[in-house]
Amino acid sequence: MQTTQFLTPMPLPLQINPPYSLDPRGPGAAHIADLWWIMFFLGTAIFLLVAGLMFFGLFGRQDQSAPNEQQGLRWIMLGGIVMPAIVLLVVFGITIRSAVLNANEVGTGEITVEVVGHRWWWEVHYPEHSVVTANEIHLPVGVPVEFILRSNDVIHSFWVPQLGGKMDLIPGRQNTLILQADEAGIYRGECAEFCGLQHARMHFMVIAHTTEEFEQWIESQQAVAVQPQGELARRGEQVFISAGCVYCHTIDGLDDGAVDRSDSDLGPNLTHLASRTTIAAGTLENNRGNLSGWIANPHGIKPGVLMPATLLPGEDLQALVTYLETLQ
Amino acid sequence: MEDRVLRLDNQAHIKQAGLHQRLILITIFLSLVLGLSACLGDANQSSMAMQSEHQSLEGGDSERGQQLLYDYGCGSCHTIPGVPGANTYVGPPLNEWSQRHYIAGSLPNTPENLITWIQNPQQIEPGTAMPILGVNEQEARHMSAYLYSLGN
Repeated sequence: MQTTQFLTPMPLPLQINPPYSLDPRGPGAAHIADLWWIMFFLGTAIFLLVAGLMFFGLFGRQDQSAPNEQQGLRWIMLGGIVMPAIVLLVVFGITIRSAVLNANEVGTGEITVEVVGHRWWWEVHYPEHSVVTANEIHLPVGVPVEFILRSNDVIHSFWVPQLGGKMDLIPGRQNTLILQADEAGIYRGECAEFCGLQHARMHFMVIAHTTEEFEQWIESQQAVAVQPQGELARRGEQVFISAGCVYCHTIDGLDDGAVDRSDSDLGPNLTHLASRTTIAAGTLENNRGNLSGWIANPHGIKPGVLMPATLLPGEDLQALVTYLETLQ
Repeated sequence: MEDRVLRLDNQAHIKQAGLHQRLILITIFLSLVLGLSACLGDANQSSMAMQSEHQSLEGGDSERGQQLLYDYGCGSCHTIPGVPGANTYVGPPLNEWSQRHYIAGSLPNTPENLITWIQNPQQIEPGTAMPILGVNEQEARHMSAYLYSLGN
């Protein structure tokens, strides 16, 4: 029973497109998909050629005369050196062409999004708009967006298969990647570089909407948290501070007694937690049940996660979750 | 000739003895079966009583319940066989649920009580860590139908 449960895959909380790179929704991914199909057909042709020659050699007319060494050498030169060299050169040329086309088409980014990789979640900044969020990246459709990629701990890799190629997030370095979504939709992103125990549960979502909707979203995210209404939520606010959540998580607008979290947050910014669709980096749907279990013991859900388990009295847990739900 | 008679006689003896033994064995067997069936009858009766109560869960669809248990995030605290990702131990594990006798340590495990508990645990045990998730009566009925299918 234990084993089967362990093997039951945890489904993603949302019915979002599987990250299928052959279903491109942006210029970056389209070039990669084209390249993939060219290589696929080229590979198929070569496979058929080799299989045909083998078939001929095995079942073809038997030549009883002594083998002609000259002829054998010619086969090896042609099939083993000349042909692979041509194939590799062609593929190389097409790859370069794709890269150049992509760079020309996408151009420079009109919006900047900074993404910082953490074990195991994504910190997302919009420096031009002073917005901070986590695990969800909102973009306007048809606008090239420049991603500035950094890491806070180990090497991660940022990959939205339907929008473009991968780019590593390397500690101490800054990489850039320009992506553009041509259609509105929700695109799943993944960490594509093994980064530890919960690498497989380091998802994120790219939500592409119209420019208007995007601006509305930015505006809603710029607001700071206000003091909650209701006794339970207010008590939750106090629990958030007294139980120590505040040392790793920022809530803008909360009077937390000027806690020093240095320049980088240890945990996701929670100012607008309730507006996000998932928690734990795309692992769980953001609802009261999941939030309660996650706060009580995140290790039961993502073993190895850096967030500690809590031993809050039941009422405090209720209050805290009620407060977090007010953070729209 | 005499030999043969003797042998026949012996065989008759053996046959007779065999018959005796068989009678004894049959008696033991029958009493065992009767005894066992009495025990089983008890168990059957109690499980039938439970089942008839479960059937009073009218409109409880266990398959929908299974989905709802996932959707509401019950698996973030409870281990529930058949619910993906539900293998945590923040709250009590719910495997073999139909064999539990008490909910929250005090409430008899009847369908009506379970439905109430799922909807509003705070009402029954103020201060419990189990949150009110906004589950309606019908949804709680589906969930209960699934939970009672565990351990049957």
